[in-house]
Amino acid sequence: MSFFGKLTLESIPYHEPIIMVTLAVVGVIGLIIAALITKHQKWGVLWHDWLTSVDHKRLGIMYILLALVMLIRGFSDAIMMRTQQALATNGAAGYLPPEHYDQIFTAHGVIMIIFMAMPFMIGLMNLILPLQIGARDVAFPFLNNLSFWLTTSGAVLINISLGLGEFAKTGWVAYPPLSELAYSPGVGVDYYIWALQISGIGTTLTGVNFIATVLKMRAPGMKLMQMPIFTWTCTWANILIVASFPILTAVLGLLTLDRYLDFHFFTNDGGGNAMMYINLFWAWGHPEVYILILPAFGIFSEVISTFTSKRLFGYSSMVWASGAISILGFIVWLHHFFTMGSSANVNAFFGVMTMVIAVPTGVKLFNWLFTIYRGRLRITVPVLWTLGFMVTFTIGGMTGVLLAVPGADYVLHNSLFLIAHFHNTILGGAVFGYMAGFAFWFPKAMGFHLNERLGKASFWCWQVGFYVAFMPLYVLGFLGMTRRINHTDNPAWNFWIYFAAVGAFIILAGIILQFVQLYVSFRDREQNLDTTGDPWNGHTLEWSTSSPPQFYNFAKLPHVSDIDAFTDMKEKGQAYQREQTYQPIHMPKNTASGILIAACITAVGFAAIWHIWWLAIVGFAGAFVLFLVRAYDNDVDYYVQPDDVTRIENAHLDNVTANLTNVVRG
Amino acid sequence: MFIRKLSKAMLATGALMLAGCEGGVLDPKGQVGMDEKHLIIVATLLMLIVVIPVIFMTLYFAWKYRDGRDLEIYAPKWAHSKTIEIVVWLIPIVIVIVLGIITWDSTHKLDPYKPLEHDAKPITVQVVSLDWKWLFIYPEYGIASVNELAFPTNVPVNFKITSDTAMNSFFIPQLGSQIYSMAGMATKLHLIANEPGTFEGISANYSGAGFAGMKFNAIATPTADDFDAWVTKVKQQASTLDVEQYKQLAKKSENNPVQYFGSVQRGMFNYIVMQYMHPDSNMKSMGSMEGMEGMEGMHDMGNMEGMEGMHDMGNMEGMDHAQHMQHMQHMKDMDAGQHSQHSTPSHSTTEPSSTVSGEAE
Repeated sequence: MSFFGKLTLESIPYHEPIIMVTLAVVGVIGLIIAALITKHQKWGVLWHDWLTSVDHKRLGIMYILLALVMLIRGFSDAIMMRTQQALATNGAAGYLPPEHYDQIFTAHGVIMIIFMAMPFMIGLMNLILPLQIGARDVAFPFLNNLSFWLTTSGAVLINISLGLGEFAKTGWVAYPPLSELAYSPGVGVDYYIWALQISGIGTTLTGVNFIATVLKMRAPGMKLMQMPIFTWTCTWANILIVASFPILTAVLGLLTLDRYLDFHFFTNDGGGNAMMYINLFWAWGHPEVYILILPAFGIFSEVISTFTSKRLFGYSSMVWASGAISILGFIVWLHHFFTMGSSANVNAFFGVMTMVIAVPTGVKLFNWLFTIYRGRLRITVPVLWTLGFMVTFTIGGMTGVLLAVPGADYVLHNSLFLIAHFHNTILGGAVFGYMAGFAFWFPKAMGFHLNERLGKASFWCWQVGFYVAFMPLYVLGFLGMTRRINHTDNPAWNFWIYFAAVGAFIILAGIILQFVQLYVSFRDREQNLDTTGDPWNGHTLEWSTSSPPQFYNFAKLPHVSDIDAFTDMKEKGQAYQREQTYQPIHMPKNTASGILIAACITAVGFAAIWHIWWLAIVGFAGAFVLFLVRAYDNDVDYYVQPDDVTRIENAHLDNVTANLTNVVRG
Repeated sequence: MFIRKLSKAMLATGALMLAGCEGGVLDPKGQVGMDEKHLIIVATLLMLIVVIPVIFMTLYFAWKYRDGRDLEIYAPKWAHSKTIEIVVWLIPIVIVIVLGIITWDSTHKLDPYKPLEHDAKPITVQVVSLDWKWLFIYPEYGIASVNELAFPTNVPVNFKITSDTAMNSFFIPQLGSQIYSMAGMATKLHLIANEPGTFEGISANYSGAGFAGMKFNAIATPTADDFDAWVTKVKQQASTLDVEQYKQLAKKSENNPVQYFGSVQRGMFNYIVMQYMHPDSNMKSMGSMEGMEGMEGMHDMGNMEGMEGMHDMGNMEGMDHAQHMQHMQHMKDMDAGQHSQHSTPSHSTTEPSSTVSGEAE
């Protein structure tokens, strides 16, 4: 074994023009960004105010930036898959050989779920949840920073795999024995293992952190059953994270032992059994989809009740429906493999349990409908995403229940029908929700509005593109086309494959429009400032702060006596009150420990992938020492003085008073 | 209204296009597939009872209660109604109860492990997924084929399925259910073709680079005579599927052409399953396979994957140790006591067709 383990110059895929061009483009963009930062002398700002920040709002923004970057990567994979399948009909080979194509669909799944949807969801939660419960930060601000950097560490590893070595060619589930050394001897599966393992630990820590936050940091007077609905759905998601992510950690650990130390948990030989992996994987994997969707449900609830200017219909029904979904989500994992040969009793049990989830989900849909009922619905961009979701997700739910019938699944399992179904729910459900949340809370986070016209145009591209891209997949599933096929030779499929490819390009237009929207909105920000902090006449506490909120969120912690706390304050005339005196505010200091520890852990992961053992030891020792230094550091907090608070608050309230005429008072 | 008309038109064209398309799971040619198609249609219609009103209500409410409309019935504090809450919980509950009963019932009826009720005597095919092709062994005829599967129409086929590589899924979309193939164990599937034809068979679980080419033709011959003709054609092939041949065959290959083996060494399928069961039971013990025809030990092994206890997959890997040792003992006995004799392909009936049909559900 050489000094660099398995890593040699041959590990760079020179022979793949697509990859080399991509790397060149990424390199150029990176250099341009670096040059711009240098030109504007922003390196100090970047380091002191962002990368080392423990402020939940800044971490939230960084999570969402990570999600958007990974969306570009994951979507590039998607469009390559669609074009490959469109070109490789009638027995043609297309332009992506299996060697490359198989990495692409694996990367697409991993990136979209773990590094796009999860950071997007956690980003929105970071941004909003502490504000909604009237807290100044999360329970463990440094841990929050560390969680973000561990997630980023996983994302960095998965991106390195593009230029060094390869990524897994196993599908995103990495089922053994295919993912064992015998069938996947390369570093691809190791990239998969370490990227998921490191980011998964970050996610688990986030779950712990936010459960502690909602239990201990709620504003005075706020009972659990008065928490805003988004906070509630995030809380259920965090409970699921804490309960299910350790299963992923364990199952990846077992696979690691198989691959690195010749264990035989899941191998064909030596008494291994891959069925154990498949069970454990989905015991995490199924709750994971509810981790993604529940916060989205919360966002839709907030959006609907805000833009109808009405209370949410059936608040407690909503809370308990979310809880029921969370608990049921844990006892349905076997529906991912009805075709493994379990007895009829077992399959029927898991099928029926899966259908039962449709009950609380259906209740939620009806509750949103009755929130609109007798309201005054303003058709804004977040509302469009919500309405699009309600229609789309209903179809996705129906196909999901159909797949839950084992007799139907026996012929639809692993077909493109399944692919259409889960994009119908994860894209039409979770991602539409994050887009709604993005448009809804953007003014809060950034202090200016998004361009409404471009937002609507983007929504329609996404919505139409979704149907054009995924409805053909339902048909192809019925026509017997299975997933992960590199090329096809069936004339009956061709039309639908081309159709789906067109849809992917319509979605691409939607994504481009979103980035154009961001650019235009930033360019015109001075004309579109949100001066009051309450651009939509919101119900909950995040709208009582300035936009963007002060770093301490609330100068004086609010007292809560209603679910719609801020509406309640506005009605009682208690909103925007000037205080005579403020108390000093206790705040955490920024710290470089998180990013440095994560850098060391990234090195450990990279070293483990390439068997560079000295680097693994150095990285691990570095992380441990940094952790000790941080643990014994007592200089971690400070007080904001009342004079400063008074000055900041008065400036904001003057601004509000000057602009309040523009605001519709509740 | 426009949207409704449009969606109606789309549904109609969609239905037409689907009906016009040949192949696939909505064009079934066997009882299992027909039942499953029926189930899909019933379940979908049942769900549409609630799905269509929800979609309609979403669009209608969004339109009717939009901001700035003429008719003002704004109730900002209205957020609770016992009646509505009860109704919105009850509707999905009722539908799920009905669907649940259908599911419970159909899952038992369509259990892939359950032998089909049919007058004709079933034939047995042992299926092995390899990198990247399908091997079909006909124990009752002593023949084997690669990437071509034939059986008579209107005769139930009992599949025993294993893998000698990563996990695959054995699937003939027009005949119905699929079942995973997994190394070191045998899964089961029961299908029938009620119309003659050649149907595409695939692997429905991704298994690596050559996966897309892992296809086979499933030929349902019009009559039993046609099937016998096919068997005769295969038997005329000189090649024998013995351990050496199998090792060659098991090597990675893509887009494999159809291959026939005129004879098959006895116990081949069980050997393929058993090679992962114990470190000692690899190639060298195969020598003993040669003389196993008609042996009591063979019968025991034949039952192995047909055992009732094995029905539950949880037990599958668990080929109970004692039983395994017993099997190993048989091997040793045969090594010691039997003179080797080459098996000739024959219509042996020691293979457990009796066992399978006798398996009470």
